[in-house]
Amino acid sequence: MTNELDIFVGNTTLIDEDVYRLWLDGYSVSDAVGLRVRSGILEQTGATAGVLQSDTMDHYRTFHMLERLLHTPPKLLHQLVFQIPPSRQALLIERYYAFDEAFVREVLGKKLSKGTKKDLDNISAKTGVTLKSCRRQFDNFKRVFKVVEEMRGSLAGNIQQHFLLSDRLARDYAAVVFFANNRFETGKKKLQYLTFGDLAFCAELMIQNWTPGAVADSQLDDMDVDLDKEFLQDLKELKVLVADKDLLDLHKSLVCTALRGKLSVFAEMEANFKNLSRGLVNIASKLTHTKDVRDLFVDLVEKFIEPCRSDRWPLNDVRLFLNQYSASVHSLDGFRHQTLWDRYMVTLRSCLLRMYHD
Amino acid sequence: MPGKLKVKIVAGRHLPVMDRASDLTDAFVEVKFGNTTFKTDVYHKSLNPQWNSEWFKFEVDDEDLQDEPLQITVLDHDTYSANDAIGKVYIDIDPLLYSEAATVISGWFPIYDTIHGIRGEINVVVKVDLFNDLNRFRQSSCGVKFFCTTSIPKCYRAVIIHGFVEELVVNEDPEYQWIDRIRTPRASNEARQRLISLMSGELQRKIGLKVLEMRGNAVVGYLQCFDLEGESGLVVRAIGTACTLDKLSSTAAFLPACNSPSKEMKESPLVHPPSHGCRSTHNSPIHTATGSRLTQNFSVSVPTLIYTGMGSGSAGKEGGPFKALLRQQTQSALEQREFPFFTLTAFPPGFLVHVGGVVSARSVKLLDRIHNPDEPETRDAWWAEIRQEIKSHAKALGCHAVVGYSESTSICEEVCILSASGTAAVLNPRFLQDGTVEGCLEQRLSWQPGFFSIGLEENLPAGCGFCHIPYDELNMPFPAHLTYCYSCRKQKVPDVLFTTIDLPADATVIGKGCLIQARLCRLKKKAQAEANATAISNLLPFMEYEVHTQLMNKLKLKGMNALFGLRIQITVGENMLMGLASATGVYLTALPTPGGIQIAGKTPNDGSYEQHISHMQKKINDTIAKNKELYEINPPEIPEEIIGSPIPEPRQRSRLLRSQSESSDEVIELDLSHGKKDAFVLEIDDTDAMEDVHSLLTDVPPPSGFYSCNTEIMPGINNWTSEIQMFTSVRVSRLSNINLTNQTLNKNFNDLCENLLKSLYFKLRSMIPCCLCHVNFTVSLPEDELIQVTVTAVAITFDKHQAVQTTKTQVEKSSQRASIDNEELLQFPLELCTDTLASHPFSSAKATSIDYSSFADRCNSWIELIKLKAQTIRRGSIKTTMPVEKASPLTEGHFRQRSAPACANSTVGVVKMTPLSFIPGAKITKYLGIINMFFIRETTSLREEGGVSGFLHAFIAEVFAMVRAHVAALGGNAVVSYIMKQCVFMENPNKNQAQCLINVSGDAVIFVRESELEIISTQQPIASCQPACSGGEIAT
Repeated sequence: MTNELDIFVGNTTLIDEDVYRLWLDGYSVSDAVGLRVRSGILEQTGATAGVLQSDTMDHYRTFHMLERLLHTPPKLLHQLVFQIPPSRQALLIERYYAFDEAFVREVLGKKLSKGTKKDLDNISAKTGVTLKSCRRQFDNFKRVFKVVEEMRGSLAGNIQQHFLLSDRLARDYAAVVFFANNRFETGKKKLQYLTFGDLAFCAELMIQNWTPGAVADSQLDDMDVDLDKEFLQDLKELKVLVADKDLLDLHKSLVCTALRGKLSVFAEMEANFKNLSRGLVNIASKLTHTKDVRDLFVDLVEKFIEPCRSDRWPLNDVRLFLNQYSASVHSLDGFRHQTLWDRYMVTLRSCLLRMYHD
Repeated sequence: MPGKLKVKIVAGRHLPVMDRASDLTDAFVEVKFGNTTFKTDVYHKSLNPQWNSEWFKFEVDDEDLQDEPLQITVLDHDTYSANDAIGKVYIDIDPLLYSEAATVISGWFPIYDTIHGIRGEINVVVKVDLFNDLNRFRQSSCGVKFFCTTSIPKCYRAVIIHGFVEELVVNEDPEYQWIDRIRTPRASNEARQRLISLMSGELQRKIGLKVLEMRGNAVVGYLQCFDLEGESGLVVRAIGTACTLDKLSSTAAFLPACNSPSKEMKESPLVHPPSHGCRSTHNSPIHTATGSRLTQNFSVSVPTLIYTGMGSGSAGKEGGPFKALLRQQTQSALEQREFPFFTLTAFPPGFLVHVGGVVSARSVKLLDRIHNPDEPETRDAWWAEIRQEIKSHAKALGCHAVVGYSESTSICEEVCILSASGTAAVLNPRFLQDGTVEGCLEQRLSWQPGFFSIGLEENLPAGCGFCHIPYDELNMPFPAHLTYCYSCRKQKVPDVLFTTIDLPADATVIGKGCLIQARLCRLKKKAQAEANATAISNLLPFMEYEVHTQLMNKLKLKGMNALFGLRIQITVGENMLMGLASATGVYLTALPTPGGIQIAGKTPNDGSYEQHISHMQKKINDTIAKNKELYEINPPEIPEEIIGSPIPEPRQRSRLLRSQSESSDEVIELDLSHGKKDAFVLEIDDTDAMEDVHSLLTDVPPPSGFYSCNTEIMPGINNWTSEIQMFTSVRVSRLSNINLTNQTLNKNFNDLCENLLKSLYFKLRSMIPCCLCHVNFTVSLPEDELIQVTVTAVAITFDKHQAVQTTKTQVEKSSQRASIDNEELLQFPLELCTDTLASHPFSSAKATSIDYSSFADRCNSWIELIKLKAQTIRRGSIKTTMPVEKASPLTEGHFRQRSAPACANSTVGVVKMTPLSFIPGAKITKYLGIINMFFIRETTSLREEGGVSGFLHAFIAEVFAMVRAHVAALGGNAVVSYIMKQCVFMENPNKNQAQCLINVSGDAVIFVRESELEIISTQQPIASCQPACSGGEIAT
């Protein structure tokens, strides 16, 4: 005797968190049943495998029906078919939009296109995240991207409003969208050591300071997704800091005077100052080219982090150096772009410090 | 022209995309009532149209108002081709027709299509202006209130309970009309939905008229069913109990009511219960009914059972004459009625005097022999016949009334089994008629001495009165085993009592109750017409007998002595009959301790056999002991002398009396052989019996922390917490058709039910400790090898710690509660519970296994926060974008969508649903009207919708959603006495098709949490209810 039909419908929709996780992780019903059996649930509850199978199927069916609504979370709040307490709705949404660190590092900065989607099986094989789960996460990125791409206002705010995510998760999504839109290269081998957290941290700073929305009285486009073109154009002006030899020497002497005796790597710093400064200023001046924008993180690592790391600068020395390096510019009389310099360096300094680890 | 119906179409949301090119929809709405149709303007290119229409006004007779549903159709405008229908909403405006119920229907309704399911929602406002019409010959019955609840609704008081009302209407089934060959499935489904809606309206109106004739103002325990007879038609029938109800207003509750009926009522419980003699019921004699044969129809009437014994004579000597008088009086009150039946299962205190036992009648009919299929006469006659039978059974039990009465049918092709069952009872006449009140008063005066002497003695162990036998001990219709009541020791009681009603509030019970089911299958040969009907009717008595035996065995195995809420369903299929009986077993203190079960082998010489038998015996004894512990059954030891010697029995076996319609004079006796005095002997003489014993032992008790019952509440648990979860579960199993025998069939069916229960326990494990209440199983046989089982029940959590404390005081508590009830201060009937709850905040918090509420709160506020933020963000961004109006269409759409429902709260209000008549921890402040809905869903893309399970799962979820939406639109926040009366599922996987029909009903109510109520009532004692409910949980 076989059950042809087997359903359970509650007035309040039953959500089993464990099964939800298995479903999100992309396990098939039979795999999920296997995993649940291994969790010892049968012993705890005295249920039979048949009961577990039926229960899992039922939950999967419910999730499948809910998935359509989860694509537009406000709909989940307004719909009438599933009566779900608000706490559970929040949980459903939050978990559905949560993503795996391993996965996001693979996709971050890539174009959210069909091509990338075809690559998902490789990513799945590489990260150990099931293909199904990869698809969900990728589709989530893409969906969020499409919705907020053209929108004005705070990026994280828009995401939170349209997807009802928690603050933390909305900010992570803002980073994903920002990276995808600017196509920052993050996949290079030398960038592998960076975590999603590092990159999201940088993205958030850039969104705050380098986008058109960052300028308080900006009457034009209040866009958080793109970098401020005008700002990038202006950054060329910084070139004078390395092009003008006197200015460069003066800058170096100011920094060296201030840091003498305070750095364990003073000699290395003194020897490398011009290289480092050239690196940082050149990165700024080249940001008008899309290609160079994409390589921003590669450049930061190559031009600054790697040289320091090879000389074994301690993090604290890097901090002291960067602080002094950006502050000293204010004492350069011939230099007129102090505000521009700050807008660039405040963000860059924090990013570099965050990125400076093994 | 006594009514004006006004409808306004406000807006739509989440509409489906009807125009692929633009991904949008040009929607408009048609509003139809009777033959009048209005249309809104077309709202172009939006999935969230804002029609904001004018008020459409229909001037109609109140007769139409009752019959017709308001029909709202949402369409997509198409310039070049025909407009496409998106879906429909049917709104029953009946709740607007009585003054105390809802005044306006307003809210979001799911737009439903029979092929696509729910497709968006529409916001509608409906009002009715009624003009008073004093025409005596009117055909309408506006103002009569209907309740599905099978007890007196919580905020009302019964002045008079008039009695049975029934009605039946017939129509041709649209699915079987010739036109169905050429129209679309959608058109045919809609025709059916509309027809049933119309017929329900008509039926309700006609019943209302009958109630008005009886001078009642309400129908309680209203049960409406439809029979899909196929070719011969579509029958909608209903039964109910006519009453005159008084609304309990807060003021009225405190002022002593001066009119006599209410005063009478107040006093009656004190005066009555035990004084009128005692009757008891006994074992299970079975009485068979005789159906008379209708001239043109083939019909076979089948045996009826009367479970419980009857004895008669009250043993109480003093009580005798008084009882006779009482009976006379009640009889005169009841005899005026054709059928002294009551669909109620719970009663005002003092109403139920004695209970005789279960009476039931069945009859097999052939549908293709109906002469005028379009007329109701034939079916009326069929039911009249069955009711007559029930009445005579009740009489045989010395009872003049039947309570907990219900009727049902099972149809397979042209064969139809009609069934009716109820509990024979003796009632207190006071409630039945105005006239008797005076009589009663007088009589009470004259009988005072006798009465008091009994009254005083018997008042103490109240709650045993209903167990006392109503029949004459010396003149029993069947032999039964009687003893003196274990509570009062005055009157006779049977050793086992079966009833279809809920456990009376004042009954004293030891331990907890449990769900007891008897399951049975019988193969039958496929046959045609008469041969088939005869085969079925020959099988029925054996099925009844076996079902009864199983129930009895299982009851003994649980160490209990009474069944409540007994419901036996016999389902007929092509090649088999299924019987499923569910009841709640309890241990009544008034009845004797049940004896054990003894197994006796046929061949005592065989050594190994003996060993086997003794092994089984041991297992059974162990099980009984375990069950007693599990259900906390530990009755106090009573020395024999006090009880008195057992009454000599004429014979110690009960009989099955059976008669058959063809030969109504012939009475066959079936031997139920339920054995000796206390040991219940099971003879294992063949493998069948062996199976029986095995199946007895395979029933697994629910996991610890779980209880289940099919009555309203679980006897022995009275500390419910407020978390409830109503659910429906459906399973369809395919039998492998090789070598089907009765045994394998029985085993399969048994497994199906047991596994279903196990699944439920597993699914609801997070609610432990909890009880499944009102567990309602329905079995149907949609095809040859398919068995469909549908279960609806509610899981309620309770407080474990308190349970321990309360068991001790349980007796006092129940009597206390009874006294509160009858003091008429029903205003806060559950006060007791709140008190205890409030005084043990710790234990209650600890008991809920998961601290769900606090988490919920947290997340709630979190979502609120997001919304708040979203709002500020929106505002901000709107401001900044003001100058640049060239926002992308996407953003604009979003802004609109967000701002439209912003005035109404964005989240959907919670609507609770429960099959019970109450909501734990809350007080019902208002009944808004009956919900009675019928839906059809069909698909031609079964696989794409997730197969049969996906299809039905989605459909049931949608049905729940539509019920909730209607309740919310009425201003309510719960449905009580919810029941899924039909769930007919048909599939054709080869054609990738399936169809399902569902009929649900219940009472829409407003409830207020008791905690909220207390605060409010201390502030403003009188105007408490209204503000509370509007401010309470009924968010939009």
